Amino acid sequence: MTIHHREHFLNEIAEQLGRPRRTEVEPPVYSVQPQDRVLAGARADELVDVLEKQCEVIHTNLEKATVETLPEVLRKVLNAYGVRSVVAAGGPRNQVSGMDEFYDRLSGEGYEVRVWDEQEGRSNVEFAERAGAGIVFSDLTLAESGTVALFNDRFNGRSISLLPETFIAIVPKSTLVPRMTQAGRLIHAEESKGNPVSSCVSFVTGPSNSADIEMNLIVGVHGPVKATYIVVDDM
Amino acid sequence: MSIKIGKKTYAERIQDGIDNAFMRQAVSSAQGRFRSGRLKAAEDLGDWEEWRTLGEEIRHHTMENLDYYLYQLSEQVEKRGGTVFFAKTAEEANQYVQKIAREKEAKKVVKSKSMVTEEIGLNEALEESGCEVVESDLGEWILQLDEDPPSHIVTPALHKNKEQIRETFAEKKGYTGSDQPEELAAFAREQLRQDFLSADIGVTGCNFAVAESGAVTLVTNEGNARMVTSLPDTQISVMGMERIVPTWEDLEVVVSLLTRAAVGQKLTSYITALTGTKLEGEVDGPEEFHLVIVDNGRSKILGTEFQSALHCIRCAACINACPVYRHVGGHSYGSIYPGPIGAVLTPLLDGYEDHKDLPYASTLCAACTEACPVKIPLHEHLIRHREIIVEREQMGSKAEAVMMKGYAKWASTSAAYKLSTKMAHTALKPWTEDDYISNGPGPLKGWTASRDFPAPARQSFRNWYKQREKRRNDG
Repeated sequence: MTIHHREHFLNEIAEQLGRPRRTEVEPPVYSVQPQDRVLAGARADELVDVLEKQCEVIHTNLEKATVETLPEVLRKVLNAYGVRSVVAAGGPRNQVSGMDEFYDRLSGEGYEVRVWDEQEGRSNVEFAERAGAGIVFSDLTLAESGTVALFNDRFNGRSISLLPETFIAIVPKSTLVPRMTQAGRLIHAEESKGNPVSSCVSFVTGPSNSADIEMNLIVGVHGPVKATYIVVDDM
Repeated sequence: MSIKIGKKTYAERIQDGIDNAFMRQAVSSAQGRFRSGRLKAAEDLGDWEEWRTLGEEIRHHTMENLDYYLYQLSEQVEKRGGTVFFAKTAEEANQYVQKIAREKEAKKVVKSKSMVTEEIGLNEALEESGCEVVESDLGEWILQLDEDPPSHIVTPALHKNKEQIRETFAEKKGYTGSDQPEELAAFAREQLRQDFLSADIGVTGCNFAVAESGAVTLVTNEGNARMVTSLPDTQISVMGMERIVPTWEDLEVVVSLLTRAAVGQKLTSYITALTGTKLEGEVDGPEEFHLVIVDNGRSKILGTEFQSALHCIRCAACINACPVYRHVGGHSYGSIYPGPIGAVLTPLLDGYEDHKDLPYASTLCAACTEACPVKIPLHEHLIRHREIIVEREQMGSKAEAVMMKGYAKWASTSAAYKLSTKMAHTALKPWTEDDYISNGPGPLKGWTASRDFPAPARQSFRNWYKQREKRRNDG
């Protein structure tokens, strides 16, 4: 049995509400929709500007690249952080973006590189734990809050964006949307079509932080301490 | 722990709070920063009142149809490989989690911050069954090492200063560094990383479950909740039964309200929506997932005049706006839910008996109601609590009952009222200096211990008014 004590529990709720159990509910129509007006009609370039500004607030470095310059920019970022070991998300996008070749080159130069591979099981996590940086592709990028949404799956393990000290997100410009509204809508639409949501959707906004000690902002607690987004044109 | 914390009386707790100079200074500065952060975030977003209206409508609709949405949630969780346990009481919830821990032969449980597990006393229950329980939120970890209850629902260790934290780390964990917050946090990172990697079970709370997909959403900044749900093989999430929204579209709205109202952030560093167990081919994430849905007194609030108290999204904006909290701090409330929302919720969840003083820990200035992102009429609930306590429950303090009775008799007798307002000025003269009373007798003592009371005017208002009318008529 996988659901315990449900009937009695829900019957009591209905009774408290003074009506029989509800088995159907019409989707409500709310009286206002302010979320639609935020950055309404903004073009991709304008969204990049919003993202860039927000990155200053969330202690995140932002770089810009094209598909051609991406490897070069990425190398510059890794060097600036002094990172020599990298764990990266796998999947078809590495091929399209030329990242596969780039990772091969890095390996040839003595960098430690692990592209997430489910066949390797738990050792992916162990590698991520000692890697200097984790590299992922943003699936959806929320300009307003400076957030990369990751639909974690077999290619993009949860540990990549979590365990290494440095978090690097490659942000295809086409993934930019105004705010979380669009993400919520997309997932809602997919659910309604019967496409179940990823087991873990991570909305990541810059490095981890805490204000638990005397309300001082500490950047970098359990998750990454440093973060860079690389916005890539025409990808 | 349970909802109620400590054994001291309300008056003793208040006195402790007032005597704690560091805490009062910390709270007052924190309130200022939280408040300006919230106001700026609301202004940046624009149309804040409309957002609040939308938040209220979503919460109201959800509570009105709670049985339907909880059913849908449990179906979805099951579909995604999870197990759902509906717990009527704290004991039932704890026993279920203990059972899982036994089955898994768990030695170590790592937790992310959760108010509901504090409420039901889950840590003690797990420790009883032989598990080591590690709180991983920085503030909660500090409190756990020091065996101290939280004083704020967003920043639980607000009452502690960095020197005290350094001492705790040194004493309990052999820390040898300075009291720099960055260094203290780096130490916690290093210590807790090992716990994340070696824990058998991860326990989380739940900010919002999403009925349509079965997701449990966690709103955090430190990244510990992601660790707790990525590394151990078993995940147990515990949620108060009202912490649910119908759809992802609704989730987005309440999260936008929560992060702004709580800390003035557009979004926190991590909003993590976890659904069921990990899927085929996924390496990290739990193999086993349990969702525990807790009533523990909540259903009794449904269908009553207090129902909107269940709309609360736990942002603490009311706490950060409250002038009483500012002076007495979180521990004075004697509940893990402090501040205005705590004063409303605690008597509802845990009865008036132990918490009858809480509705009086308010000036009724309504700053809480104004700050609430989902428009809970907090101060009106507090007034209603007071009415219930005084009139129906007959549990108001004896002095007040006698006084109120006396007052009723006195005020309803026109001659007596007139006489005593005339007399007041003369009667209180011995304690009066420059028209203020600073060390009053009897019932005035509580007031004048901390501030002066204006002396009754030589001429009562009624008298003055009557003479004014007379002058006007004469003139």
